[in-house]
Amino acid sequence: MAFFDKKSRTVLTDPIMASNPISLQVLGICSALAVTVQVQTAFVMTLAVVAVLASSNTIISLLRKNIPSKVRIIVQLSVIASLVIIIDQILKAYMYDMSRQLSVFVALIITNCIVMGRAEAFAMQNGPKDSFIDGIGNGIGYGAILISVAFFRELFGNGSIYGFQVVPDALYQIGYSNMGLMVLAPGAFIILGLIVWAHRIFAGIEEE
Amino acid sequence: MHSNKYTLIFTSIITIFLGFILSFAATNLKPRQDINIEIDMKKNILSALGIKPKKSKKWTVEEVQKVYESAISGIVVDKIGKKTDMDPKDIDPEKNMNFFPIYLHMVNQKVNGYVIPISGKGLWSTLYGYFAIETDCKTAKGITFYKHGETPGLGGEVEKSWFKNNFIGKKFVDDNNVLVGIEVLKGSVDESSEEAYRQVDGISGATITSKGLEVFLKTDLKKYEPYFKSKWDEVN
Repeated sequence: MAFFDKKSRTVLTDPIMASNPISLQVLGICSALAVTVQVQTAFVMTLAVVAVLASSNTIISLLRKNIPSKVRIIVQLSVIASLVIIIDQILKAYMYDMSRQLSVFVALIITNCIVMGRAEAFAMQNGPKDSFIDGIGNGIGYGAILISVAFFRELFGNGSIYGFQVVPDALYQIGYSNMGLMVLAPGAFIILGLIVWAHRIFAGIEEE
Repeated sequence: MHSNKYTLIFTSIITIFLGFILSFAATNLKPRQDINIEIDMKKNILSALGIKPKKSKKWTVEEVQKVYESAISGIVVDKIGKKTDMDPKDIDPEKNMNFFPIYLHMVNQKVNGYVIPISGKGLWSTLYGYFAIETDCKTAKGITFYKHGETPGLGGEVEKSWFKNNFIGKKFVDDNNVLVGIEVLKGSVDESSEEAYRQVDGISGATITSKGLEVFLKTDLKKYEPYFKSKWDEVN
């Protein structure tokens, strides 16, 4: 397939495994801690970040030859901020309940280091097609970690997955109780730390 | 290297273009967002009263409108509890300190419950919700929150049904007709306690949200005390 040549494929899969923005580059930690109490919010957050990343990367890549280097960060930021505001407005208009749950975190995508990072590190040097794929790849890489963290936090903290009760009532009756720590920020740190550890062993990466 | 002139022109164009796109999106989506907010408000008034959608589990826009139109009528009372000829739409409960809206739940021309808006500070944010009261004007019928910025899983639990159901049947007035409010405990209610009639289980890990809720609920109930008093007298 011409669209997915070898380079594009690495551009897409690299950020998911070998250079995952969260577990290997340790970017975007803030929202990974904040919106991972439930799988559902993590999922919608992922969609929003994928949409913002893919479109901001594409737009900045199209403009890359015309952006004066002195003001490039400001230009990138205003493109990203505008996209985030539009997504926030669309959520408010069409997914009102979800936008209420995500509250400020959608607006905070503006400050997500991954979005700025990819614009500066990738989209400024590469063509729009690869930049678009890079945005999708990084968004999915970010989302994969987010959803895995949310999976464990919701399972242990609430006994449910995606809002469905999975821990049977019988277990509660014999004395099992939800782990309060998991819904707190420290729980997210611990889970995230374990995932980063496991991912790095799996990917065979060792830090000096 | 680009010249200063080019930089200025480029940034101006970008700014104007993005500004245009944003205002276009905002104005076009505004009507839909306003409808969402209105429907959400009506849905919350209904759910504070414990009214659930009939057909399916979720409210549809039409069903909310229909049920609301037929069952709820809004009035406004003043500081001394007298009914005025204003409509709840005319006043902003947050800014107006003299007039307070009440939503009446009507069943066969008779009042079956009252709903008042409540709001106040939790830990991170202001919580907004509705509080439904039985016809005796002493007993809680339900509570809901439609807007807050509390931590999901902690203060955010105020939205959950286990917490909201806690309030049903609790009294905020004691035997001597003194408005005492509802106390949100740290931990669970001891049913054998004399105070249990006005206590609800708190949210573990969210003491400040719970206490904030307790304080603003009482403050908001106080505003309506003259109106409630006139109802207590009617009963006696």
